[in-house]
Amino acid sequence: MDLVALLAIQVLYAIASLALISVGLAIIFGMMRVINLAHGEFLMLGGYAAIVATNNGVNIWLSMLVVAPIVVGLIGVVVERTIIRFLYGRMIDTMLATWGLSLFLVGLTTAIFGNTTVGISAPLGSFQIGAYRTSAYTLFVIAVAAVVLAAIFAVMRWTRLGLIARGTMQNANMAAALGVNPPRVYAITFGVGAALSGLAGAVLAPVSGVFPTIGVAYVAKSFITVIGGGAAILTGTVSASALFGTINQIATFVTTPVFGEVALLGAAIVLIRLLPQGITGRFFRRGL
Amino acid sequence: MNGRALNLLGLGLVAVIGIAFLVLIPRLFELDVVLELTVYMIMAILALSLALIWGYGGILCFGQSAFFGLGAYTYAIAVFNIGESTIPLLLAIVLPAAFAALLGYFMFYGRISDVYLGVITLTVTLILFNSVNSTAGPEFRIGSARLGGFNGIPGIPPLNFPGNKASPIDLEGMFYLATISLLATYFGLRLLLASRFGRIIVGIRENERRAELLGYDPRAYKLATFTIGGALAGFAGCLFANWGNFVSPTIFGLAQSAQIIIWVIVGGRGTLIGPIVGCIGIQWLTTALGANQPSGGPDWWAKIFANAPLILGIILIAFVLLVPKGLVPTLGDLGQWLLSSRGKRAKTRLEPKRAEEG
Repeated sequence: MDLVALLAIQVLYAIASLALISVGLAIIFGMMRVINLAHGEFLMLGGYAAIVATNNGVNIWLSMLVVAPIVVGLIGVVVERTIIRFLYGRMIDTMLATWGLSLFLVGLTTAIFGNTTVGISAPLGSFQIGAYRTSAYTLFVIAVAAVVLAAIFAVMRWTRLGLIARGTMQNANMAAALGVNPPRVYAITFGVGAALSGLAGAVLAPVSGVFPTIGVAYVAKSFITVIGGGAAILTGTVSASALFGTINQIATFVTTPVFGEVALLGAAIVLIRLLPQGITGRFFRRGL
Repeated sequence: MNGRALNLLGLGLVAVIGIAFLVLIPRLFELDVVLELTVYMIMAILALSLALIWGYGGILCFGQSAFFGLGAYTYAIAVFNIGESTIPLLLAIVLPAAFAALLGYFMFYGRISDVYLGVITLTVTLILFNSVNSTAGPEFRIGSARLGGFNGIPGIPPLNFPGNKASPIDLEGMFYLATISLLATYFGLRLLLASRFGRIIVGIRENERRAELLGYDPRAYKLATFTIGGALAGFAGCLFANWGNFVSPTIFGLAQSAQIIIWVIVGGRGTLIGPIVGCIGIQWLTTALGANQPSGGPDWWAKIFANAPLILGIILIAFVLLVPKGLVPTLGDLGQWLLSSRGKRAKTRLEPKRAEEG
């Protein structure tokens, strides 16, 4: 029984962390049709921002939940203004340019921080489930994911910004004709997507540590989650995270973490083959 | 001069340069330079494999290094088990080709679109990297070959002359083998692209729907192109495993995949000579920048210039934004523009421009 509870928490954690690392990418891909291959590096920058801020005496919660998103969000806006905006409508070229950006950021952080793992210890200690102990930080990550997803839902559903964003997503020309300025919406969207990635990177930094090439570990997982999820940003991310997170955690539990990862990637390939439009291309079509 | 004559002239030029290179380099330079050039030749074959799939077939494969690595690992494992190198060499071509065919069947017959194709090939590469990386323990062995995980497989026996295990190919022999293979690959691909098959795959790249309506099955043609590309990359991988007598999982890594794409984009999509030029240029650049730092120079010099990802990233961004066609086509356009601007000026004097109609 204790083991089942523990496993349930682990599965929930796998789902939450997948959703967290994917949601920024889902927003950028869903709204702008931009495949951002530098996504993993945005997560990595979030981690570094949090760790550098914490080491300089900023409160750890403040540096994870405020400093990291702001720093990475600003970087995102700069990237959109200097690179991405010239490439709208050229999907393949955007992919290539953001891959270049990803290499550049890896090189830059290696030059600044060196090629070693830096970390901060996870706060909150641990708690007891029957015979097992597990980190309380796990619950914190799950809570952050839930809050982030709820916030996105609220903004998209009930605010003017969300309305404009949804309108631009469905038909950019029509939105422009109605007085919306798509370039501004795109810049904001990219910034928000980057900020959420920064937040995710910071929240996961105490768990995994941060090193310049950590982005590689994130990027494939977040991509297949977004693509597996399909067109609807929120429903897609949640449903795909639920599916892949469960598969990953159960395979990890039965065998090894490496095989868990392989099972996740393999499942994703099969899913894309069966549902090329993603989960929300077939189910939950009216989702947000 | 018409296009056909230009074409023949280009082919002749490549042949002359190739043969001169083959004959002169080992006589003019020391062994270290020859060794360095050998790896350039091997990588150029890899570049050509992507030039075919992406530049002509229009299939953006982010995982070309998967086939390259598979070729290298296949050779290494097979040669440890068999001893004689002819069959391992063939296996290192056939196995990646079969893997490409399987993956390609899955992707093309599933009608997966361009972008998703990129993501799937990327994912497959990562799966291979993760799996091979975690095989460090002694229990992971295939026959008498230990996989070695992240440590890689050292001491791979070199290729020998077919059927004669006692006469391995030496370092200079590897240079000849690599260069001749590159030339053969180049001319072979030229022939392939000039054939009916080549015309059809370019037609499919230009307009898949139209090609399909004309009665060609794009799925089958793409699959064939992808398989040939996989075979070539596997062959390059086999030569690479021979060159260093060593193979490690980084061969599957994203950095390796990124490099191949950068070679092609820098040299130019839709040409064969471009990716070769791009490959050799970039390889030379990264080696030169890394090696030639002034002694006692400032600390940041090494951090910036010996930093391959930083340099490659800047090059990739700059080319996508500023020279999207790549070097060779852009230079070609420039040459054509210089030639024709004179002709055009003469022409405009003769026949004044007509008023625009409708």
